[in-house]
Amino acid sequence: MSIIENHTTCGSPLVESPKLTARNVGVFYGEKQAIFDVSLDIGSNEVIALIGPSGCGKSTFLRCLNRMNDTIDICSVTGKIELDNEDIYDPKVDVVPLRARVGMVFQKPNPFPKSIYDNIAYGPRIHGLAHSRVDLDEIVEKSLQRAGLWNEVKDRLHAPGTGLSGGQQQRLCIARTIAVDPEVILMDEPCSALDPIATAKIEELIDELRENYTIAIVTHSMQQAARVSQRTAYFHMGQLIEVNPTDQVFTTPEHSLTEAYITGRFG
Amino acid sequence: MKRRRSAEKRFRVYGLISVLFGLLCLVVLFGDILSKGLAAFSQTVIRTEVVLDADYLGLNKNSSSDEIRAANFEGLLKNHFKEMVQPDGRKERRQLYSMISAGAAWQLIEAVQANPGLIGQAVTFDLIADDDVDQWLKHDRGVEGINTRMSEVQIAWMESWIEQGMLTTRFNTLFFTNGDSREPELAGIHGAIKGTFLTLLVTFLLSFPIGVAAAIYLEEFAPKNRITEIVEININNLAAVPSITFGLLGLAIFINIFGVSRSTPLVGGLVLTLMTLPTIIISGRAAIKAVPPSIREAAFGLGASKVQVVFHHVLPLALPGMLTGTIIGMAQALGETAPLLMIGMIAFVVDVPGFINDPSTVLPVQIFLWSDSPERAFTERTSGAIIVLLGFLVVMNTAAVMLRRRLERRW
Repeated sequence: MSIIENHTTCGSPLVESPKLTARNVGVFYGEKQAIFDVSLDIGSNEVIALIGPSGCGKSTFLRCLNRMNDTIDICSVTGKIELDNEDIYDPKVDVVPLRARVGMVFQKPNPFPKSIYDNIAYGPRIHGLAHSRVDLDEIVEKSLQRAGLWNEVKDRLHAPGTGLSGGQQQRLCIARTIAVDPEVILMDEPCSALDPIATAKIEELIDELRENYTIAIVTHSMQQAARVSQRTAYFHMGQLIEVNPTDQVFTTPEHSLTEAYITGRFG
Repeated sequence: MKRRRSAEKRFRVYGLISVLFGLLCLVVLFGDILSKGLAAFSQTVIRTEVVLDADYLGLNKNSSSDEIRAANFEGLLKNHFKEMVQPDGRKERRQLYSMISAGAAWQLIEAVQANPGLIGQAVTFDLIADDDVDQWLKHDRGVEGINTRMSEVQIAWMESWIEQGMLTTRFNTLFFTNGDSREPELAGIHGAIKGTFLTLLVTFLLSFPIGVAAAIYLEEFAPKNRITEIVEININNLAAVPSITFGLLGLAIFINIFGVSRSTPLVGGLVLTLMTLPTIIISGRAAIKAVPPSIREAAFGLGASKVQVVFHHVLPLALPGMLTGTIIGMAQALGETAPLLMIGMIAFVVDVPGFINDPSTVLPVQIFLWSDSPERAFTERTSGAIIVLLGFLVVMNTAAVMLRRRLERRW
């Protein structure tokens, strides 16, 4: 499997009225290039799934979208990424409000070792979203309700967040992300550390969240991609091979590599 | 297979032997120190009724403190004992007087200063005996053929005092309330403990903030380049520098250049800060490194700035580890002697230091000083002070372990 020369992405990477647009994005870790010339739109209120074999750059691409790669010293990004037509890599852009607008959920549930309440309240606090204790209580309750966790934890809001089960912890992390009222939520394999029941709950949640948020989800599970997403992007060796509506990718893939992957010949 | 099993067995036996050897050494050490040092916590006193003769002393009930201090209580005591045992000739008189500590007269002075109404009355005192009496009673009495410093006539007096119940031992409070002294029976560790406390206070106040700040900067903010690499290597090197070098450095820089007064807890604390800093920085960095990256990511993902991530999340999680490292560093500083010798803390200081700029000594140096003294009573006190020092060390290390257990969080 070598890098395909001069590949242009198959299918329909661009949409009308996109929320996020990536144009000719390249990512370098030092000398090594991890992403090659990726152009992709993410539409409003859609769930886009990023799939591909391990090390294909889908997580790296996802992390470019809220500049999480900034925390890695040797990582550099070329090309252009725009959120609502504003270049997010413009030197004038402050990453702090950007990350509030583009939230992120990680592979392993990573609640802060604080109470459930403080986990949710942390984001609103640092961004000054709540003006009073009552406001904050409201945000916490609303976020937990949206993440479908309220009924399970409402009696123990001040118990440590790390005491919850894995699935609950992940929903807590989603609630924490929602609490700062983002426009886009990036999810990096949010279910890979969870059991099937917890996974089902999260998937249900993603479906509900689509009404209000734009979601990009990286996943290793093709069934999951098929269940939750409207469009699917297939990455291979740092290149974006194909982007198409999810049904089409899983039934009639355009590119031979996509077909090979979804039929399980590698990955 | 058989060979492998026997090799395993052999290895286990070796391990067991080395552990047992270590334990044995520890038991011998503690046994030796305890057997020698416990005696330092008791003291021989002579219980006797002294008539505080107003005419002899030239005092009355309205005398001022200064007048009382100037009065001849020493002569009063000498006369008291002379009448009691009737020594024969000058030589015996001198022997008799040498059996009472120079501190005994001060006991009378202090009692009278506290209550001038005692003048003219007969008052019972527990007068401090000289260290030779103390040692004879504790170790030599009744032992056949021992080479004692006491003459036969002195032994006869002491035996008669014992029969009358005058010569007894009591808990040695002076050991904890007095500063150093030339007279072993009056020498105590109060000055050294206070000096140690003040020195460690300076050390802690300087080394903890500086060490934590350095650890945070190096771990979180410093660019990864040649210069920070050199800094890192040198911090590790500093931890291995012989401590006496730090003493020389302190002498050359703090005392000679900056003019900090010598043998004070301030300069001692400065020198020990240099010594403990590497320990605190290294343990602090380890504690920061142990904070899982997922916590950082979570905070970054919510839009926290670098400083917010460090102070809201990393630092609280790393603090127990940092505190543990600090306590261990402080325990090291507590036992440090060599660098303090270089900056004059080996001076003979009688007064208990009041603040960090008073001359003082510290416990380990006090131990070093006493171990050099020829009197047998000082040997005893050396071990006594070691017991106290070890007690402090045990307390500090236990605190470190407890803190780690208490604050350690799982994630």
